[in-house]
Amino acid sequence: MLKIEAILQPSKLDAVKDALLEAGIEGMTILEARGHGRQKGHTEFYRGREYTVDLLPKVKIELVILDDLKEKAIQAIVGAARTGRIGDGKIFVSRIDEAIRIRNDERGETAL
Amino acid sequence: MRSRTLSLFFLPFFAAIPAIAQTAAATPASGAPVTQDQIAALQKAVQNAQSAGDNAWMLVSAALVLLMTGPGLALFYGGLVRKKNILGTMMQSFAMMGLVTIIWAICGYSLAFGHGNSFIGSFEHMFLRGVGLTPNPDYAATIPEQTYMVYQLMFAIITPALITGAFAERMKFSAMAVFLSLWSLLVYCPMAHMVWGVGGLLNASGHMIPSLDFAGGTVVHVTSGVSALVTCIYLGKRIGYPHTNMPPHSMVLSFIGACLLWVGWFGFNAGSALAASPLATSAFINTHFAAAAAAFGWVVAEWIHNGKPTALGAISGAVAGLVAITPASGFVQPFAALAIGVVAGAFCSFMVFAVKSRLGYDDSLDAFGVHGAGGTLGALLTGLFATSAINAVYGKGVPTGAFEGHWGQMLNQAAGAGIAWGISIVGTLILLFVVDKVIGLRVSPEQESAGLDLTQHGEEGYDLNS
Repeated sequence: MLKIEAILQPSKLDAVKDALLEAGIEGMTILEARGHGRQKGHTEFYRGREYTVDLLPKVKIELVILDDLKEKAIQAIVGAARTGRIGDGKIFVSRIDEAIRIRNDERGETAL
Repeated sequence: MRSRTLSLFFLPFFAAIPAIAQTAAATPASGAPVTQDQIAALQKAVQNAQSAGDNAWMLVSAALVLLMTGPGLALFYGGLVRKKNILGTMMQSFAMMGLVTIIWAICGYSLAFGHGNSFIGSFEHMFLRGVGLTPNPDYAATIPEQTYMVYQLMFAIITPALITGAFAERMKFSAMAVFLSLWSLLVYCPMAHMVWGVGGLLNASGHMIPSLDFAGGTVVHVTSGVSALVTCIYLGKRIGYPHTNMPPHSMVLSFIGACLLWVGWFGFNAGSALAASPLATSAFINTHFAAAAAAFGWVVAEWIHNGKPTALGAISGAVAGLVAITPASGFVQPFAALAIGVVAGAFCSFMVFAVKSRLGYDDSLDAFGVHGAGGTLGALLTGLFATSAINAVYGKGVPTGAFEGHWGQMLNQAAGAGIAWGISIVGTLILLFVVDKVIGLRVSPEQESAGLDLTQHGEEGYDLNS
């Protein structure tokens, strides 16, 4: 089992969600987040005062999938979220030891 | 024509119908000469009609001016602070709606509009003694004096509420309540008396220094703006200012607030004609024109300066224009109002962009930059543009403003603004000193970082999880 965490531009969430569904991945968790990578942020002006906003609104999606869906999931996210500009986000993949379905105590891959 | 207007006016009034019918119908039918009684009845009916029209407009105007404080100013200021302080900020305006009303009824109205000396009224109207439903010809001969009293009350409410913008996010609620209550007695009442009260030093129809202030440029905006400056310097900066980001938490709220201010200002300025008269129309147009022109002036200045026209710039500019036209609104022509507006928008944006950061004071929501600076500018421009064609204060055809040839008016205007500056600086300093010693003005640093909502009121403006 793998966990895929992807940090995205909020405006790309719907496209990524649809692409993942199309790739056969059904469960996901969405978190509203703030952050920055190399993009750094932008400036705002209020009554002539310049404010640097370095933590930008982002969306983080988390999904836990079977190992052989890894490339499909990554392709779906990259394909839907890429604009080619700085700030498109990142994907992290990590291994998951155990999954438990709370409703009926199913364990492992069947719990996904 | 006249009798037709009258009968239209009085259609709903059961009591008046028989009287009107008699004067209109009985006379020509009998062919008898008109009697003194009939003339007297007609005069009375004319008076009643005028009074009905004027009173309707003045009651609406009073409500419009209250709308400026709550929700107008409360939303405007509330949106500009950080979200942990929104309720504290709105409560400061709302507290004035309560406290100043009580003070006004007890002695404020009397001190401002009673017969006193050149500087302050008297105690003759304490607890509203003698303020009834008949007109007081000293001020407004066609409306009940209680209408005049409540209309003036709304001005007394918004003036201290304007000051709260300068000390936003850091004053104790208790200290604020005491400070501004006393301020309304020590600064507002004398200034209102000097400018509008019978025998006041600056009264335009008096004989001392006729300073023109139609709707309160000096009485409301210079006093509140200058007191705001004094308060924010006395109190010191907010923790973290100017290095920490303190952007407005909701431009949307501020936007709604500013638009309500604009609408309410029609009551403020056009209502200051104290009658539903052509002069009220003139003030109404001037108010609107100046707001529009000043929004334009500020946005253009900002566009050149920062490269973007902002929403906050547009609404701040409109408020600056409304401030600047306030003293002039019943004295100038519409195109003068446009000029005053553009100049006010550009000038106040300069005060806010350049002067504030150069001098380093933390006038958090720019109460001085908009009201103090705009009010002083407006007082002077009134002297420049005032014309006897709109309001012949010195008699028909007698030059009023500088452009009509009466340059001496500029001195009168400067004196009016100067006295407003003086009384505001001295009065505010005394009160701040006393309240600081007795109660303490500022919240603790821990309370300041936690926000006024939680620490002063035990509430939060936004709880989106509940």
